[in-house]
Amino acid sequence: MKNGHGVPRPVGGPIMTPVMKLCLALAGITTLLLIYRFLVGLGPVTNMTDGHPWGLWIAFDVVTGTALACGGYAVALLIYVFNKGKYHPLIRSAILTSALGYTLGAIGVIIDLGRPWWTWKLPIFFWTWNLDSVQLEVALCIMLYTAVLWIEMAPVFMERWEQEDDKPRLQEFSRKWTPILMKAMPWLIALGIVLPTMHQSSLGSMILLAGPKLHPLWLTPWLPFFFLVSCIAMGYGMVVLETMWSRTVYSRYRETSVLSALSRAMVVVLLTWVGVRLFDVIASGKSAYLFNLDRFSILFWLEVLLFLAPAIILMLKPTRTDRDRGRLFMASGMMVTAGMLHRFTAYWFAYNPGDHWNLYFPSMFEIFVTVGLIAAEVAAFMYIIKKFPILTGRPSAALPT
Amino acid sequence: MNISRRGALKVAAFGAATAAGARKAEAREKKTAPPDATGMLYDATLCIGCKACVAACRDANDLELEKSSTLYDDPVDLSANTCNIIKLYDGGGDGEAQVSFVKQQCMHCIDPACAAACMMGSFQKRQNGIVTWKPERCIGCRYCQVACPFNIPKFEWDSPIPAMVKCQMCLAKAGTTEEGQLNEVGQPACTEVCPREAVIYGPYEELKAEALRRIAENPDRYEDHVYGLEEVGGTQVLYLTSKGVPFSKLGLPELGPEPVPALPVGLQHTIYKGFIAPIAVYGIVAGLVWRTRRKSDAAGEEVGA
Ligand code: SF4
Ligand code: SF4
Ligand code: SF4
Repeated sequence: MKNGHGVPRPVGGPIMTPVMKLCLALAGITTLLLIYRFLVGLGPVTNMTDGHPWGLWIAFDVVTGTALACGGYAVALLIYVFNKGKYHPLIRSAILTSALGYTLGAIGVIIDLGRPWWTWKLPIFFWTWNLDSVQLEVALCIMLYTAVLWIEMAPVFMERWEQEDDKPRLQEFSRKWTPILMKAMPWLIALGIVLPTMHQSSLGSMILLAGPKLHPLWLTPWLPFFFLVSCIAMGYGMVVLETMWSRTVYSRYRETSVLSALSRAMVVVLLTWVGVRLFDVIASGKSAYLFNLDRFSILFWLEVLLFLAPAIILMLKPTRTDRDRGRLFMASGMMVTAGMLHRFTAYWFAYNPGDHWNLYFPSMFEIFVTVGLIAAEVAAFMYIIKKFPILTGRPSAALPT
Repeated sequence: MNISRRGALKVAAFGAATAAGARKAEAREKKTAPPDATGMLYDATLCIGCKACVAACRDANDLELEKSSTLYDDPVDLSANTCNIIKLYDGGGDGEAQVSFVKQQCMHCIDPACAAACMMGSFQKRQNGIVTWKPERCIGCRYCQVACPFNIPKFEWDSPIPAMVKCQMCLAKAGTTEEGQLNEVGQPACTEVCPREAVIYGPYEELKAEALRRIAENPDRYEDHVYGLEEVGGTQVLYLTSKGVPFSKLGLPELGPEPVPALPVGLQHTIYKGFIAPIAVYGIVAGLVWRTRRKSDAAGEEVGA
């Protein structure tokens, strides 16, 4: 194992690639846009209104973005709870993607908040906490989890810093802290499993407070359950996609058999989602909504279909080895899309404040900011994997053909 | 499949707690108005649409005029500059036409969704059960707007230092006297100026009795329904409407007796009761992590970051 493709190494190579330049340019423009946003307020630059007070930045950057960043959670679940120790070659990149994704979500929140200057009070002024507020739990959990993710990443950075002889302070710091961190790691990893379980489900409870403004098909006590189950599928799907991406872009041959073999677990996850979803609608007497042929019933069936299709693909012909990666890729893409649609619908399409409010569609400004944030995330990811030992696997050029 | 089913089941237990929450959510205690609750009663049959209350509300709360097209103050809806509005419902048609005015402002719910949403209690039921906003606790997340079933809180979209604006029964502006009354005359601005007493202010219980008395005395004049007695668990602002003009025509949504926070808050408190489930799951997961790492240490593997 030690000398095989299980050992993470920096990718190396030039940093300033054309893609990197593009990402930095987008992120740079976004920074300027954000300065403008804080000078003029939210109204002039976004399409949000008093009727649709939450837009793309909440629905995508926060609610969907953090779920897409559940790779670290999904892999940690598989390793520790499902006792699949051998999946660790994937964990570093999964946790890095999660750390970046959650950081992006946190930045997205700050941009979206009208009065972000009071946010620092939130984790400190515990005597003001409103324990009825689902959002309070989500906010505190996400803050804590983002910190946990970066601390989980710290040994990886320190591993590299320890070798930097020309920076003695950094070296000494790393030498001192690495053993302490390694001791604390099991407790952190456990936090890294419990916290997402809490806030990913609570993201579902959170929108239930929209009450009568949320379409009955989504106003269900099972929504937190659906959010939790689907974030596992999304996280797993993202790990698959990311593994295949680094394989194509960085020619890193990374074993996908481990993921392939796991697809059966995903079949269970996906079918549970579909089963409970249908059962709940029927048991709560809402089946009439299913055949209205309005946008809600169509969205519902689209959701069910997107969760069901990858399950069927993986069930009819289970993926076992690296050879099956084409099918795994397709199924993973569907799982990710399914989870995204479910979140967009609950936070956006199925939210109706009253018919006199126009439907919300994000402004170019909002879309650009989101794109810029993603670009910044990609840039950070590319930089870190080139400089630090994240990715496992050998360059595929070295593979025997 | 070589999956540790027991471990899986344990974490699934958390999911199951979510599901159990689903059933028990109704167990959340029904809230009642505080003993010192005050409120307003608006009687659409008395209102002549003079909008004196709209102007008075502006004055009392230092709100800017809203000129949409003309020289006059003519707001079309509640906004960050309009906490109180009079709207006209015109049933149209000849003969049977029904015309009615309606006043809109915060309903001061008995179990307010906006307050359930607010993380640091910026929106809270305070003195007299009036829901008020504290600027130093608001981070501008707008969850209150998502939550309010009447779309009442309004955000200052065009300001870099936005406030959440809504009717606070003139409390914030007027302050209170020692007796706990609102201001010198003991009235919010809108009820004080109303020439027809179409909107009145008073102790909640008295207003309830008054509304029911009016219907009982004049069953031909009123719809047999006091809006706000049952809706979303009760509101401290009550409405009466003319016979033949149902409340839904006046822009007051048809809402059940269930308070909006009942489902999510009930769910949340069931799952997180005493914080036992998260701590138990944490303990179990920490054990599983420890076991996995010990095993892989023995095998000379490095697991984790
Ligand atoms: S009407 Fe809306 S803003 Fe007013 S108390 Fe009720 S929930 Fe809050
Ligand atoms: S916007 Fe302000 S008042 Fe409204 S829920 Fe958020 S913190 Fe509370
Ligand atoms: S009570 Fe005061 S703030 Fe509320 S509508 Fe009347 S005048 Fe306006």
